[in-house]
Amino acid sequence: MRRLPLASFAIIGTMVFVAVFAPWLTPHSPIDQSLPNKLLPPFWEEGGTTEYLLGTDIFGRDLLTRLFYGARVSLIVTALALSVGGGVGLVLGIVSGYVGGKLDAFLMRVVDAAFAFPTILFALLLAVTMGQGMDTLVIALSLFLWAGFARVIRGEVLAIKQRDFVALARVHGSSPARIMFIHILPNVLNTFMVLLTLNVGVIIVAEASLSFLGAGVPPPTPSWGLMVAEGRGKITSAWWLSLIPGIAITLVVLSFNLFGDWLRDRLDPKLRQL
Amino acid sequence: MQRYILQRLVQGVILLVVVTSVVFFIGRMTGNPVDMMLPEDATEEDRQDMIERLELDGSVMDQFGVFIVDAVQGDLGTSIRYRQPATDIFFSRLPNTLAMIPPAMILAIAMAIPLGILSALRRGGIIDRISATIAVLGISTPNFWLGIVLIYLFSVTWGWLPSSRMGGPLNYIMPTVTLGTFLVAGFMRLIRSSMLETLDSEFVKLARIKGVSETAIVWKHCLRNALIPVLSLWGVFMGGLVTGAIVTETVFAWPGIGRLTYEAVIFRDYPLLQAVIIMDAIFILFINLLVDILYAYVDPRIRFE
Amino acid sequence: MDSAPVLEVRNLHTHFFLRRGVVKAVDGVTFSLKRGEVLGLVGESGCGKSLTALSILRLLPQEAARTVEGQVLLDGEDLLAKSAGEMREVRGQRIAMILQDPQTSLNPVFSIGNQLHEALARRPDERGRSLRERAVDVLRQVRLAAPEQRIGQYPHELSGGMKQRVVGAIAISCAPEVMIADEPTTALDVTIQLQYLNLLKELQTSLGMGILFITHDFGVVARMCDRVAVMYAGRIVETGPVREIFDNPVHPYTQALIASVPKLRDTAERLRAIEGQPPALSDLPVGCRFADRCPHAEPRCLEKYPEAVSVGENHTASCWLAA
Repeated sequence: MRRLPLASFAIIGTMVFVAVFAPWLTPHSPIDQSLPNKLLPPFWEEGGTTEYLLGTDIFGRDLLTRLFYGARVSLIVTALALSVGGGVGLVLGIVSGYVGGKLDAFLMRVVDAAFAFPTILFALLLAVTMGQGMDTLVIALSLFLWAGFARVIRGEVLAIKQRDFVALARVHGSSPARIMFIHILPNVLNTFMVLLTLNVGVIIVAEASLSFLGAGVPPPTPSWGLMVAEGRGKITSAWWLSLIPGIAITLVVLSFNLFGDWLRDRLDPKLRQL
Repeated sequence: MQRYILQRLVQGVILLVVVTSVVFFIGRMTGNPVDMMLPEDATEEDRQDMIERLELDGSVMDQFGVFIVDAVQGDLGTSIRYRQPATDIFFSRLPNTLAMIPPAMILAIAMAIPLGILSALRRGGIIDRISATIAVLGISTPNFWLGIVLIYLFSVTWGWLPSSRMGGPLNYIMPTVTLGTFLVAGFMRLIRSSMLETLDSEFVKLARIKGVSETAIVWKHCLRNALIPVLSLWGVFMGGLVTGAIVTETVFAWPGIGRLTYEAVIFRDYPLLQAVIIMDAIFILFINLLVDILYAYVDPRIRFE
Repeated sequence: MDSAPVLEVRNLHTHFFLRRGVVKAVDGVTFSLKRGEVLGLVGESGCGKSLTALSILRLLPQEAARTVEGQVLLDGEDLLAKSAGEMREVRGQRIAMILQDPQTSLNPVFSIGNQLHEALARRPDERGRSLRERAVDVLRQVRLAAPEQRIGQYPHELSGGMKQRVVGAIAISCAPEVMIADEPTTALDVTIQLQYLNLLKELQTSLGMGILFITHDFGVVARMCDRVAVMYAGRIVETGPVREIFDNPVHPYTQALIASVPKLRDTAERLRAIEGQPPALSDLPVGCRFADRCPHAEPRCLEKYPEAVSVGENHTASCWLAA
């Protein structure tokens, strides 16, 4: 059995903390430009100051401040995408598994199709047609999520459906909706929780990738992926602009992944292959 | 077997029609794409001009009809930025992507199969632990950032490798590594878990009872069975490959389809993006068909379904 | 039937070494199998029957299980002393085995012919037939219909009974001296169980193999076996000729097992189940392991394990009542 990933907890906790309290933790604005202070290096490099601990970008904005606010964006987008995409997948998975028959066959075909075609292309398309924004991003990421949730939850429901308490509920004349959401739903919540945690890291990476490709939250709102993209051109002179936000993404995603693995082993070891 | 292939082919064509329609209607339902593409100071005249040029007049269904008729004839519209037929641009870029993907796939497979097998054979051993670490780092590191780190180290700091564009063999190293590591983690863990499952199976026990050597058990009896889940989850890897190619080509300014997709996004070149997605779909479905055939070859239960 | 034993197991101990302790799954098993004889190894599931078989072939579950003591003599040679390479020469060629579930014991991705060839190729054919011809012949021996077609087919195209015949064909393909059959009919439909048992009996007679027949079913024992060894909690508690054991079971556990076989004649009588549970193999008592469940247990049964004593011709039992 894995040990409790304490370092992961600490990193996730720190991220949530800075995201929530960002305005009180830093004197700088994440958006206002201050051109005289542009491209300052982190404090430990020559020319860096402790006022801008991790240096500034080409507009003179404090990198650390933008990281804090970027954490906000990441967490909000991830939470929304998981609620929408995961929620839709949960409901469709339960209905598909319980109702079965033609509906199930049809929904699983759609799921197969969703798997067969890379969702990133739709995400990019949405960004171009709807315009960049939080809403576009959440829709795009939800499109990415729902099919995987639906498939796993459906599999669980197929097994649960055979159990006696479902037959009993049916004998007692419970409506299908009642059976699905009062009797079956609680039994798939463990799996649902595991899927949620396993997908946090995936979604943060996907969000960062879309932002990097110019299909995320529009500038000047800080997003980690966007910060990497913006700093990329300055890699020869100002490495911190792209490398530091990347470190933040990797650490956070690593933590969520280790935490997700741990939770899966605790709650639902049979999901190991996911 | 022929029926199976035909069935897959029909499914592919249906999927293509669905993708094409979805791409088209997403473009129309979320507002007129012209508004997204015009600069903010464009006049009403510019707007009308563009609408005509892109054949966006008439009702949505009329537009769809025109679009489909053109598409079947191989005309997927004209790029706004390049002022050329989108399919021409696609095919001029395609060879560059096709040159990059095989080395990355080979790298991924060459790492994933031996590491997956060895970690399954010596569960909890050193190789298992190392590959578990590689796997979790691999899925946690966004590959656009990995590409930038590689550029920073090997081009900026040490000056060993060219940082971007195509050229000699050296230009291939970093993009190959970036795209390859993106795929390796998933492959490796999947092979490991399915190897563990087959090693534990009764037919492996029977093979041992027959006196089959351990080498033959691993490479003959287990590997082929372990590849089945890899092939059946191919779609997921395909998604990863496309995403990885877009990101990698963007980071390394590699003039392939991925970079073209990125350009279509940042220049808001809707007709080009639409065409690229549909062409991608055709390619993906073609490759999926090949994988389906390979799948049937590996797993006789599919072949005779 | 007084020929020399082809397989002798002496004082075999195979234990699982787990984090929570040592599980003594096979704890001092001794028996012998004569050439051309069918010996039934009978006991409840979990008593160590299958692990005994795997210990003989040295195919224990990796790492966790180890044979710590004892001898396995095949024609007088100790298999436990052989190298891994020598052991591979024994498996399949001199000792074959049939597993319980035909649905999972054939590799789904290779044809029947391919899986037979693997076994056949290990021994050159004295009559110079091709692998294919030999495969067809051996399938014919197990009475599989249309063997020429079968060799090109895959396991999923065959029924369970047919698959088990293929497994049987693999087992006899090198004309082994000993065949171990581990509940070979448990997973088959009732209607074809009998056919399969008849087939095994027939093969045994024609090939002169010794068969170690593992089962939990005394009904099958009566049909198949010459002698029986009854196993309980990792040890053999009673051995003897089938007739003798049926007519005159000495160990109370054997008596209970035989009593629990349903007989057509007295359907009115309730099926007698043995009450209680076998002892935990990680925490075995010092005395008789059946004492807890035994209707005749005495104080000495709890204090010391009864040694095997002769209770008749070729009939031994480990019970204080018999001593």
